[in-house]
Amino acid sequence: MKLNELTIKDASGGLRQKKFSVSELVSNFLQAIKEKNSELHAYLEVFDDALDEAKKADEMLGVVNHEERMKLPPLFGIPLAIKDNILIEGKKCTAGSKILENYIASYDATVIRKLKKQGAIFLGKTNLDEFAMGSSTENSAYVSTKNPYDLSRVPGGSSGGSASAVAGNLCIAALGSDTGGSIRQPASFCGIVGLKPTYGIVSRHGLIAMASSLDQIGPMAKSVEDAAILFDAIKGGDEFDSTAVKKESLEIGNWKLEIPERLKGVRIGIPKEYFGAGLDADVKKVIEAVIGKMESSGAIIKEISLPHSEYALPTYYIVVPSEISANLARFDGIRYGLSAATSYQLSATSLYEVYAKSRAYGFGAEVKRRIMLGTYTLSAGYYDAYYVKAQKVRRLIRQDFEHALNATDVILGPTAPTPAFCFGEKADNPLQMYLADIYTVAANLAGVPAISIPAGFVEREGKKLPVGLQLAGKWFEEGKLLGIAKAAEII
Amino acid sequence: MSISRKDVKHIAHLARIELTPEEETKFEKELSAILGFVEKLNEVNTDNIEPMTGGTILQNIMREDEPGDKNLQGKEAALLDAAPEKERGYVRVKAVFE
Repeated sequence: MKLNELTIKDASGGLRQKKFSVSELVSNFLQAIKEKNSELHAYLEVFDDALDEAKKADEMLGVVNHEERMKLPPLFGIPLAIKDNILIEGKKCTAGSKILENYIASYDATVIRKLKKQGAIFLGKTNLDEFAMGSSTENSAYVSTKNPYDLSRVPGGSSGGSASAVAGNLCIAALGSDTGGSIRQPASFCGIVGLKPTYGIVSRHGLIAMASSLDQIGPMAKSVEDAAILFDAIKGGDEFDSTAVKKESLEIGNWKLEIPERLKGVRIGIPKEYFGAGLDADVKKVIEAVIGKMESSGAIIKEISLPHSEYALPTYYIVVPSEISANLARFDGIRYGLSAATSYQLSATSLYEVYAKSRAYGFGAEVKRRIMLGTYTLSAGYYDAYYVKAQKVRRLIRQDFEHALNATDVILGPTAPTPAFCFGEKADNPLQMYLADIYTVAANLAGVPAISIPAGFVEREGKKLPVGLQLAGKWFEEGKLLGIAKAAEII
Repeated sequence: MSISRKDVKHIAHLARIELTPEEETKFEKELSAILGFVEKLNEVNTDNIEPMTGGTILQNIMREDEPGDKNLQGKEAALLDAAPEKERGYVRVKAVFE
């Protein structure tokens, strides 16, 4: 097996047993990136200091004895890719937007600080839909990322660059962010594992904010176990993100994978609303086949109802644009990023023009659309009818999950209604694009953890395309969710 | 509910985004379509339901008003460096009052 095809677990073992060095491992990835990134466009930037960091790690490995080597953190020397809306000090962070084209991050995101502490190596920053708004990476101001399974198809989004990099063996694992499915849907399209953790379990300090009551950072990896290793490294309270709960209060410090023996006695809820109109017939077959296998493996399959499912997407498209319109007000051409004040072409003569022209030139169509929508739904006279109404329905959606998860261990359904679609297929119709997230947004609204794992393949035009299945669990019960996912992964 | 051209101009003004006439036409159509879609929520009875105002049940996280992050100390210059226009250690803006 080539070094760039290893999992975290295997690479970590290989480094400790001195089968290969960190430099050899990193060089393998840099070579693969050199060969394939020009067609996949997974990375926006590849770091030229990755190999230097690898050499430093090797020096350290050289001076420790076997026992000390075995005690190194699990991500020591592991080459990772980072979605380009997460800050790494001294590196560019564009969020896939022209408005941040030349922005250099002045500090490390908390998740980056934690990964650096473990000794992980960063290979580069991956492409995304502008400010993580989209489901295909077609909204990136720079380039569209391709799906490694079929270059004429999207990798999903918004963390499409990270998904394509993991699936294309251009990194071992990656970080993404998920506001309405941006980790899980691309994981489904690219045949990898993607976890959106419980809201509040991972700090967002240093993540460029989209919709703050929903955004979560999470792992994208080649196996459930790798996702668990990466999740364990980034989780935990943080005084710089008040929504990140302190681990003392929830005992997530000592969490562990709870892997059921096969799936004996595991109660799996199948929401009938997730298998109705709009679900591709081939995708449905793949998911139903896995459910069948789970049942013969000892799982208890129960049909359940999440009665407000059909309202999740409309709720999402009020809550999210509203929060976006507030969060993206910071891009004003004054403090950082593209500015009409210093641009000859834009020649702003007043403060108002600095704002209006910087934002007009710096933001793409989807970002403008969502800011406008959110400005409207928060404006005087419409606030109660749209925003407050959506917050009330959001409460009902959360209650649906509470009820369902009282009677089941996990909720199972398709991650996305279709396999990866073709470039341009939905790009002209925002509402069509929004439907790609129909099964993923509810987990964000409710705040529950949810994971997409590979379920099988469907065939389109002679090519095999991956299909993901989604498992959602109870708040802060990642150990159980990942354990069941791992048991499901191998049946 | 559909949005008029006048509404689009007003929203764009509030959001501080200068639009071209083509964008105004496009957004008039698209925003109306999206609002039509989200109005599905009117079917839901939300009498006596408390709005869910955030992602957690946490409230009012307090701390001492002291610099907490030692890693950021001395990095003020990096923040200022990012500003497009600055003068004597301050971020420079165009006149607020004419």
